[in-house]
Amino acid sequence: MKKYVLDFRITENVKLHDNYALLKLTPADGQPLPEMLPGQFVEVRVDRSPSTFLRRPISINFVDYTQNELWLLIRIAGEGTRTLCGMQAGEILNLVLPLGSTFTLPENPTEKLLLVGGGVGIAPMLYWGKYLKEKGYTPHFLLGFRSDKDLLQYDQFCQLGEVSISTEDGSRGEKGFVTQHSILEQHFDRLYVCGPKPMMVAVARYAREHGLFCEVSLENTMACGVGACLCCVEDTVEGHVCVCKEGPIFNIEKLKWQI
Amino acid sequence: MADLKVNIGALSLKNPVMTASGTFGYGEEFADFIDLSRLGGVIVKGTTLHHREGNPYPRMAETPAGMLNAVGLQNKGVDYFIEHIYPRIKDIDTHFLVNVSGASVEDYVATAEKIAALNRIPAIELNISCPNVKEGGMAFGTSCKSAAAVVRAVREAYPKTLIVKLSPNVTDITEIARAVEAEGADAVSLINTLLGMAIDAQRRRPVLSTVTGGLSGACVKPIALRMVWQTYHAVKIPIVGLGGIMNATDAIEFLLAGASAIEVGTANFIDPQISEKIVSGIDEYLDKNHISSVKELIGGLII
Repeated sequence: MKKYVLDFRITENVKLHDNYALLKLTPADGQPLPEMLPGQFVEVRVDRSPSTFLRRPISINFVDYTQNELWLLIRIAGEGTRTLCGMQAGEILNLVLPLGSTFTLPENPTEKLLLVGGGVGIAPMLYWGKYLKEKGYTPHFLLGFRSDKDLLQYDQFCQLGEVSISTEDGSRGEKGFVTQHSILEQHFDRLYVCGPKPMMVAVARYAREHGLFCEVSLENTMACGVGACLCCVEDTVEGHVCVCKEGPIFNIEKLKWQI
Repeated sequence: MADLKVNIGALSLKNPVMTASGTFGYGEEFADFIDLSRLGGVIVKGTTLHHREGNPYPRMAETPAGMLNAVGLQNKGVDYFIEHIYPRIKDIDTHFLVNVSGASVEDYVATAEKIAALNRIPAIELNISCPNVKEGGMAFGTSCKSAAAVVRAVREAYPKTLIVKLSPNVTDITEIARAVEAEGADAVSLINTLLGMAIDAQRRRPVLSTVTGGLSGACVKPIALRMVWQTYHAVKIPIVGLGGIMNATDAIEFLLAGASAIEVGTANFIDPQISEKIVSGIDEYLDKNHISSVKELIGGLII
């Protein structure tokens, strides 16, 4: 899949909460968006943060080819992401994209699919859910947040399939972690997971116990984003591999996690 | 259009811009972004006799204007390179150089001999300066005696252009440069990364799995420039300058300090097109200043 270095114009910065922004972007030259797959990411150059040297890898949250828009859901984690979240409509961002691997499409559209997202880890699940729906699959979403006020993109998810919510304080949906949600009493064939590592490990453990197919999206600290620097490696059954190139989507059977 | 050709010993480069080992993979990773044939050369990832898994994650820490890495020479070994990678890159119209590393003199020699047999690899860059491996690497490059010993052995076994990559983690880099020149090195490249460290105060732990790592990026440029300039006055062989080159102006500064060619490293991570832009930028500088050949810049610092 061809990769590009492109300038994008911010069409809208939607402040979701104090710590999150949704940046809607369109190619600055007006050209159509390149092909991008769910699970892939972009590397964003941060121009106005003196302490930020490297690009920031950000999941593709949504691609709207009719509006020619790419959405990035960004959590403020440090100075780089703080700068990005503070940018205004009309400003330009330089992106390298699309990077990394995609989720595995099930062979059979009748398979029961659970897309699990935690916190900002819900980001790739929106585009993956849309992609699945367009291909005739029926995704079910299980989204976990700290509390009701941390909920992200609930309405958008509801347009794509059934949505189950877990909150740690019980202020919305079921109380507890996603792995404690009653939806897991139902049968699913495949689990796709993105979120904090302890959450992904817990879901991977559930998948392992039930013999389910499970893919997770990793976010190891990276520099180049294209498999050149070998900084973001994950230890797998095939040795150290780059999360930016062989990942970020991995089948749990490939990982050497203690699960 | 000025003449951009430069020479590193017997090796003629179409322009002075190469990409630094470990920052550009095998070139292929950047083929979507630039025309590789516009580069003077590509120095491929550090290659060892045997497969190496490198150091555990985490291997990278961002710093103000730079980054630390502790990759530890992860590579699949020289035989894998020859069998799988070389056939894919050998017809690309630029010079591919192989960065050779080892844990012992015998390893360096055996790897260099295997690379010597490849028609389309005109030179090696002998890495005696990797700060991220326990055995070999920088241990060879921080004393004149051991640096001389490894260069002497490789020189006997390797007939093509031999560039020796030097470590800045020494008291006087010019002494090491002189020692490897005396053993027949055709050129020296400098600098490799500076040994550094990052701490996560919240967790009270080192950021890198190896505690220390190699610092690169814009922040190291003044040190690299100084070392190139000092080395230029200490040896007769050509110098390949690198360390924090982020744009064409930086590259020109290295040429003025005495480098015959330069390598672009960490900057490739921030702009994957920067190496090609630097070629264009040097060309524009020469035209603008009515300089007919880039060779006129080499060591052209006015003091």
